[in-house]
Amino acid sequence: MAEGMSTLTDSTFDEEIGAATEAVVVDFWAEWCGPCKMITPILEEIATEHAGKVKVAKLNVDDNPNVTRRFEVMSIPTLIVFQDGQPVRRMIGAKGKGQLLQELSDFIA
Amino acid sequence: MAVDDDVRNVIIIGSGPAGLTAAIYAARANLAPLVLEGEPSSTSDQPGGQLMLTTDVENYPGFPQGILGPQLMLDFREQASRFGAEMQTVKASKVDFSSRPYGVWVGDPDAPEPTYRAHTVIVSTGAQALMLGLPNEQRLVGYGVSTCATCDGFFFRDQDIAVVGGGDSALEEANFLTKFARSVTLIHRRDQLRASKIMQDRAKANAKIRFLWNSVVDDVIGDAKVEELRVRNVLTDEITSVPVSGLFVAIGHVPHTDLFKGLLTMEDSGYLVTGLGEGATSTNVDGVFACGDVQDHTYRQAVTAAGSGCMAAIDAERWLENHQSDG
Repeated sequence: MAEGMSTLTDSTFDEEIGAATEAVVVDFWAEWCGPCKMITPILEEIATEHAGKVKVAKLNVDDNPNVTRRFEVMSIPTLIVFQDGQPVRRMIGAKGKGQLLQELSDFIA
Repeated sequence: MAVDDDVRNVIIIGSGPAGLTAAIYAARANLAPLVLEGEPSSTSDQPGGQLMLTTDVENYPGFPQGILGPQLMLDFREQASRFGAEMQTVKASKVDFSSRPYGVWVGDPDAPEPTYRAHTVIVSTGAQALMLGLPNEQRLVGYGVSTCATCDGFFFRDQDIAVVGGGDSALEEANFLTKFARSVTLIHRRDQLRASKIMQDRAKANAKIRFLWNSVVDDVIGDAKVEELRVRNVLTDEITSVPVSGLFVAIGHVPHTDLFKGLLTMEDSGYLVTGLGEGATSTNVDGVFACGDVQDHTYRQAVTAAGSGCMAAIDAERWLENHQSDG
């Protein structure tokens, strides 16, 4: 995994999201999801290029059913942006880098 | 996007089985093809094409045990790269076939100069699954309405869900979804299926699948997520409520040809017409070829797409040989 992206689990989620000072984009994904794999390199780039403004973290829905259920994720990839511990934006489905950056522009400006 | 001054031999637009096979053949012919493979998406309009949203492919020759669709496409891509095809994970936004070399834009279609120029263009933009077109369907995508059964089936464990459609892809989805769901209701507008015999037998033998014949979905009900479908019997007009938490639509495909409207000859349905010039994959524009599902609404198989991709590359190679002196 690229240096810019961290991994969240059911047990670390609250602590890490709560402690973050910047916005955190959480990528809900799974090994068997083709579109999820396609956006991983894009998210890695965004994490590196916008380090300090936004954090990007991955959460595997197979291994972490509690957080997945709590945020009612029913489709992956789902990206949820958390600010001050609260979910503030939700994006569903894989997208190209340009479109993702546009949808994240509020957080990385 | 910076403008690229080189004039390419071949630009291939699209990266499903057709585009990547064209890339393999063109690369092996030392044409150094540029592949504009598209951008990630959860619809089939994405790098790798429709197979990226499937699981087991059981009818692609050479894989007696079957192969995962996304893996097959990664292998195609690797094979094309190995022989020197250049991959760009971008989407073409405009083409200009009015003068040679031809122009292809990426990003801003209003940019004065094309991003890339090429002597020949192979169009392999494929087709995309149709949705029902109901307003509430769009609103609930990701909240029970799914465009990708393989991505989302997992979230419907022990729930009741519905699949709309009657072809092979609908039955494939229905069968796949019974791995997770408690029940799958297959809603089909006719009283018989279009799907192949083997898929029909498999679905009918599956105790978790029930069939609602002569029926169409009129509306998807639910505030925050899908709760029920309003289903109308097309013979009696009787409306029933079908309580489900998931809706998967597999009712057919529409070709990706918006980019070529007014430029390339197409049928009313949008599929490109081929065989209009030199070679079976030729379009009405000299030096522009089409292959795969974008020009095929009949067979629509990975193997036929790959076959026509090979033909397009050979047609482009011959075209380049015959036009070497044109400049």
